[in-house]
This record gives sequence, C-alpha cells and structure tokens, in this order.
Amino acid sequence: MPADFNWAIGGEAGDGIDSTGKIFAQALSRAGRHVFTSKDFASRIRGGYTAYKVRTAVDPVQSVVDRLDVLIALTPRTIEENLDELHEGSVIIYDGERTTMENVEIPEGMIGLDVPLKRLAEEAGGAIMRNVVALGAACEVSDFPIENLDSALEKRFGSKGQSLVDNNKEAARAGRDYVAAEYDHEFEYELETTDADYVLLNGDEAIGMGAIAAGCKFYAGYPITPATDVMEYLTGRIERFGGHVVQAEDELSAINIALGAARAGARSMTATSGPGIDLMAETFGLVATSETPLVIVDVMRSGPSTGMPTKQEQGDLNMMLYGGHGEIPRFVLGPTTISECFWKTVEAFNLAEKYQTPVYIAADLAMAVTEQTFPPEAFDMDEVEIDRGKVVDEESIEEWQNEKGQFKPHALTEDGVSPRAFPGTDGGVHMSTGLEHDELGRRTEDTEMRVEQVDKRTRKVETAREEEDLSPREFGDEDSENLVISWGSNEGAMTEAIRFLEEEGIDVRFLSVPYLFPRPDLTEAVEAAENVVVVECNATGQFADVVEHDTLSRVDRVNKYDGVRFKADELAGEIKAALQEADQ
Amino acid sequence: MSSDVRFTDFKSDKQPTWCPGCGDFGTMNGMMKALAETGNDPDNTFIVAGIGCSGKIGTYMRSYALHGVHGRALPVGTGVKLANPDLEVMVAGGDGDGYSIGAGHFVHAVRRNVDMTYVVMDNRIYGLTKGQASPTSRSDFETSTTPEGPQQPPVNPLALALASGATFIAQSFSTDAQRHAEIVQEAIEHDGFGFVNVFSPCVTFNDVDTYDYFRDNLVDVAEEGHDPTDYDAAKDKILDASKEYQGVIWQSEKSIPYGEKHGLDTNTSEIDDGAPEGAMDLVREFY
Ligand SMILES: Cc1ncc(C[n+]2csc(CCOP(=O)(O)OP(=O)(O)O)c2C)c(N)n1
Ligand code: SF4
Repeated sequence: MPADFNWAIGGEAGDGIDSTGKIFAQALSRAGRHVFTSKDFASRIRGGYTAYKVRTAVDPVQSVVDRLDVLIALTPRTIEENLDELHEGSVIIYDGERTTMENVEIPEGMIGLDVPLKRLAEEAGGAIMRNVVALGAACEVSDFPIENLDSALEKRFGSKGQSLVDNNKEAARAGRDYVAAEYDHEFEYELETTDADYVLLNGDEAIGMGAIAAGCKFYAGYPITPATDVMEYLTGRIERFGGHVVQAEDELSAINIALGAARAGARSMTATSGPGIDLMAETFGLVATSETPLVIVDVMRSGPSTGMPTKQEQGDLNMMLYGGHGEIPRFVLGPTTISECFWKTVEAFNLAEKYQTPVYIAADLAMAVTEQTFPPEAFDMDEVEIDRGKVVDEESIEEWQNEKGQFKPHALTEDGVSPRAFPGTDGGVHMSTGLEHDELGRRTEDTEMRVEQVDKRTRKVETAREEEDLSPREFGDEDSENLVISWGSNEGAMTEAIRFLEEEGIDVRFLSVPYLFPRPDLTEAVEAAENVVVVECNATGQFADVVEHDTLSRVDRVNKYDGVRFKADELAGEIKAALQEADQ
Repeated sequence: MSSDVRFTDFKSDKQPTWCPGCGDFGTMNGMMKALAETGNDPDNTFIVAGIGCSGKIGTYMRSYALHGVHGRALPVGTGVKLANPDLEVMVAGGDGDGYSIGAGHFVHAVRRNVDMTYVVMDNRIYGLTKGQASPTSRSDFETSTTPEGPQQPPVNPLALALASGATFIAQSFSTDAQRHAEIVQEAIEHDGFGFVNVFSPCVTFNDVDTYDYFRDNLVDVAEEGHDPTDYDAAKDKILDASKEYQGVIWQSEKSIPYGEKHGLDTNTSEIDDGAPEGAMDLVREFY
C-alpha cells in the first residue's frame, strides 16, 4: 500500500459529517500519525452534499491528493461526487438498509461493504451513532486498532456523560465486529501507529491562538464564512487571558471598535472575509492615517460579491495590496501553512505596533478550515517575542513635546515612526484624525506639512524593508532552472508536488512568499531561472502580476479558480505542462 | 486626576472655525463644563468625534481624542471604553452622522449600554456639506437636495433610543448653557450609555429650527415635575410631537453597563513580555 491513506465520509449537510470526520482525524493524530484534512461543504446548513476528507501518513502530509482509499457514503451522491478519486480496491462503506442506499451499485473493481449502520447503532443505544458504527467499520478495513478511537470519543462526548461515551465505544465495536464477521476479505490497508505526540488544528484556530499568544486583548468581528472560526475560537478563551470579544453589528462597526481598543492601547484584532474587507476599507485608511496599530485578518473565499462563500480562492490580494482610497502604507502578511498562521499572527501584532500601521493577514479558506497535525513544539510559546515599539511614558514624554508642552503623536522622524502615548499618560494628551494633520495631530492643509506627513508614513515601509527579514521560504533544488513561486496555502501542495515532479525527472526551485507587502525582491531568483511559474488560486494571476512588476520579467502562470484548492498530484501535472509549454 | 481642573483645561488652543453664532459653541462649552464638574481631566478623558461641523469638536477640545470617519464614532468609543474602563469616554457628532450613516451603530450602541456619553449636536440639517436634508429635517423643509422637502417624516431619535432599550435619554438646548451642562453631567454620571440629543442650531443653513423657534417651543420636563424613572411618562413625552422637550426624560434604575456585565474592569494596554502565562495549555487543547 502507498505511504499515505485517504479516507472520507460524505453525505448531506446535517448528517454529522464534520464531527465524525474530526473524531477519526483526532484518533489518527493521537495514534501518532500525521493528518491533513479537507472539507467539501455547501453554503447551507441542512441538505446539500458535504464531505470531510482525511489524508494520513506516518510522515508529514501537507496537502490532499486525487485518491480515495476508503469512503463512508451516507448517500448515493457521495459515491458520484468522489468517483474520480476512487480507484480499484477502494472500499465503500454504506448502509444498504437505508432506503436511499438500497439500490447502490458499487463501481467495478471496488469493494462495497454493506454495513447496517443504523440498525447496529440502535442496538448500541441510538440511531444517532450510526456514523460511529461506520468509523468502527473503517477501523477494521484499515487495520487501525479501535482503542485509538476511544480517546477521541471521550474528548467529543465526555462532557455529556460517561454512558454516552460508552455507548459510542460500543457502537464503534459493533461496526468493527460486523465487518470482521461478515466479510472475510483481506484489506490491503494497514494504519501503523507511533508514539509521536501531535496536535491537530486548523488555520483559523492557529490565528486565534497566535493572537492570544501575542497578548491580543481585544477582538471585534462580525460572523462570516470562513473567518468565523477565529471569533469562535477566541470566545471563551481570550477571557482567560484578560481579553474580550465583541460581536459587532457589522464589519464597519467591527473595525471601528477594534480601532478604538487599539487607540486605548490594547493589542486589538478583527477578522473577516472579502465582503467584510470591502466594508472595512474606509476605516482602513483611518487606521493608517491616525497611525493606529491594528491587525486585520482576511480569510479569503471565492468572490466577487458573495461569490462562493464556502469555496477556496486567493482573489483578494489586490484589495489588500491596493484597497482603500488614497495611498496607504500597510503590511500584508500571507501565512503559508497552518503553523505559520500562528507565527505570522504573532508577528503581525509586533509589526503593527512597531510601525503603527494596519497589518493584513492574508489567509485563505483552504488553510483556515482544514486541520493538520503538528508536534506541539511547532507552537512553542517560549519563542513568542513581543515588541511594542515606541511607547512613551510619563518620564520619556518630554522628549516628544513641543515648547508648549504639547505631545507630538505624529512627530516627523527619520524612520517614519512616531512616539505613542496610551491614553491616561500624563502629558500625552493629543488628538488623532483621518484628516491630514500636523505633528500634533491637528488638521492641516499646509502643502509642506502634507508632503512631510505622507513621506513620513511612507518611510515606515522603507524602514521595514531594511529592518525586517522578508525572505521567502525556500524548497526544492536551489540550482534548478525551473522556478516556482506561490503564496498562501499553496505551499503544502507544492512541497508535495516537488516529489511527484522529481519522480518524473523534473527538478524545481520553489519559493513560497509569506510577505506580500512589503515583500522580498525576487529579481535575482527570477533572473537566474530559465522558466518561472507563479501558482495561485485566482483567475487573473494577481501575484504573478506583482512579480512581473517587481522583476520586469514575464512569468508563466498556473491558476485555479474552480473553488477547490490545489491537490499535490494535480499541481505537479499543471507545472509539468507549464514547463513543457515554456520549453517549446 | 487632579481636583483643581477647570473647564477651560478642556479647551484646545485651536480657534473653532464654526460660523459665528453656531449652536455648536454652546454645546461644546457645556460638555467641557460637565467633564470638569464630574472630576475628569484631559489626561483621563477620550473624546471620539464623527464627521460634520459637529465632528470638529474633537479638535477644539483638549483630551485624548480621535476624529474618525463619518458615522462610526460610537463603535470607536465602544472599543476605547471596553479596552480601558479607566477612561472617561465621550462621543460626539451630528444628526446626519448619528442617525443617518451611523443609525445602525446608534441602535446597537444603545443596546450594548457601554458606560459612555453620546452627545448629538442636532441642527436638523447637514452643515458641513452645505445644507442638505438630514434625518431630523422636517418633511417639508426645502433644501438643495430636497427642493420640495424630504417628504418623509423625521426620525425621532429619542424614540429610536427608547425602542432600542436605552437606559438614559435626555435632550438639551445648546444656548441654555447652565441646563445643558447639567444634563450632560447627568449623562456622564449615569452608569451606562448616556444619550443626549442637543438642539444646536445651524445659523447658516437652517432658517426653521432656529434659536427663536426652540426658545418659543422648549419645555423643561423638570419644571413639569416629570419623573424620568417613570417609563410610561417618558414614553409619552418622547412620542409627543407637539412640543420640544429639554431635560432627562428617561433613566432606567436597572441599568447595568456592558463592562460590568462582562467583568471588564482593567486597562488592557499592559501586556506580558512574551506569551501570557499558561499559553501552552492552549496548544494542548488540540491534542
Ligand atoms: C462616507 C462619507 N460620506 C459622506 C461624507 C460627507 N459628509 C461630511 S459631513 C456630512 C454630513 C454631516 O451632517 P451632520 O452629521 O448633521 O453634521 P453637521 O455638519 O450638520 O454638524 C457628510 C455627508 C463623508 N465624509 N464620508
Ligand atoms: S454651517 Fe451650520 S452647523 Fe456648520 S458651523 Fe456653520 S452654523 Fe454651525
């Protein structure tokens, strides 16, 4: 069998697909296996096809592939939807006693396991446990010791009482035993367990955890897929660390509440997705002009307008790079993995305070809603550093006052960064405004001061280019003449694609860019390569445009905008094709 | 906080550019008096202003302040107060700012009941953009954008506040200096969201809702023996369109401010040098 195992459960929204998938993923992770999950879901609560997929291996897995080994099909549509990925020897578990599944035909060469999920569940204590019966069946198929499921079941149901946990354990065993007794088939799968210790989390959770780690004390947001998980994660947790979450009435309010908290001196954040970013655009300019540190997370989904809310896309790059009227200095950080969602969030708070600017975190749906295993050290809290920038107190304030003793919140400085006095600081009284202002923060239309203030704010970006390490993450063969560049969640699929390409004798150098603005200078890398391919989940190649602009070179593009993330094998194929075309 | 603060300490050295005679002068003076009377000083006060002639107030007063974007001052004030409850937060803006572009925020700020004061300088017109109809303009009030009047009934801000669950509703008249300052002071002292709609006439663009008009039509509820804790009496006053009322019209005795409800009593500007104590537990939750 191949080193990785691909499993899915699919059915209608409302069938408990998500929690069942999560239980299995957790069981695998606790058994010391690496896990990478993905979700197909429609934008509705009941009805509509939905699936939860798990890829697992003993070695790290960072993407999905086009192959499904075991499928739990709660509806006939589940089989149809996944037909492309099923292969000879794939096992399909279904409940033939369910009326809709009665006449299911298992495709040629595949193994159909008709397991009376509902009946066995009822015998174990309730029909609701039928998905758990299916999990037990899947354990038998994959030779995965069922004890590994137990702790995941405890975690999921423990708060609801031991008897429920016990019933679920029994249901799982009923599924396992049924398959063992009724089918004398030797399955080719065998899921090894290890002693490794892993945690399993998604990008939104990593962002929320990063915020708490960074000392964020304030979050204001408005629910929107796929960013809501950030707010749900923080709610009930940030309070334990002295923070607070406000559910605002809309995104306009959310960003303004977050801005107010930031002005009061708190580390503050909001998160949303494309439509919310549009609404926040006006205040984004205010954040920059008033020089307020603020972290704004955009978990991108398919646009424009409401687009496909539950589907992947990286279409908001231009909005984050250029959005807002006038010219606005900013940072745009693009985490490239789930663990980087954590670290980039920590960094975002430091950059926001150090440079007193808005900082975008450009996350995407593929990274935000899917889970991946990491050793806990990947989130080592001792490594978290805090930089609050130029905060002044009662003692140091005089240095920043004019002859009349007035504080200069927008003092013209060489590095573009002015001092910051938290409200309540004696002698620091000042106002700030979205209007152009002088060093004291007062409105001005004086031509010289206007130019000086614009230059001052712009200088922050220059300072950051000098002071911060904006390097890309580098993979593959650094001497290859084939250069692949990507940003955001494509890194995972691409690092695996490198291996597929190697098997075909194609070497590539891969740069994954986590700083979108200010960003690394890629000119040297681009000029050193014969072929350059920029990979991204949008139609027009927004980052490819940026690379062309920065390096004054033409690049090739691999774009995906069907709403689905890149799969590693698929991406390898597209890159191969792009390189071959370039060679012609 | 020093005890010898005078109201002029809240004055900045910037000369207001309001038209001579604008009601906003009186509104601002009353706010400064009320702040000083309630024992605040500029170092612990945060003023958030909207956009409009009224929104310029943050420039002319001296305190920590933010002059934000049109209609969003209330959310900013909310964030400031919740992040640092030690600050005295006052939000100010116009009727267009508060009841038109910011109407949604107004309703929700009222519901949230954050312990801050909201002063709306209601001139029943858009001043800064030179005289278009505002949400409180009379339905037959002719303006550059409504030559025949808006032909829609004006918003009743007090009723909107009451319907949204306000815990403090008051109205004042900017030139009635002493009363106006007293009323704002009561709003500051109220535990919760203190809302004051101030008649603050625009002498340039509004020739209907003038000083004379308010002087002739204003009734002080205190003189009528109104009990602001009597909800039904308050409702009657608020819905009575035949008169213009001044005074504290409604004050709930049961008000619990948002911060108190959520246990927010500390200034959150201080944070640890690294990740907070116990943060590694967050990672283990994902085991
Ligand atoms: C998003 C946005 N739309 C429009 C404007 C233009 N604008 C500035 S002030 C104003 C009206 C202010 O009226 P009001 O709040 O009644 O204040 P007043 O000037 O009468 O005191 C408008 C529409 C703006 N600044 N921002
Ligand atoms: S236009 Fe009206 S509201 Fe504006 S300053 Fe002049 S009088 Fe006051």
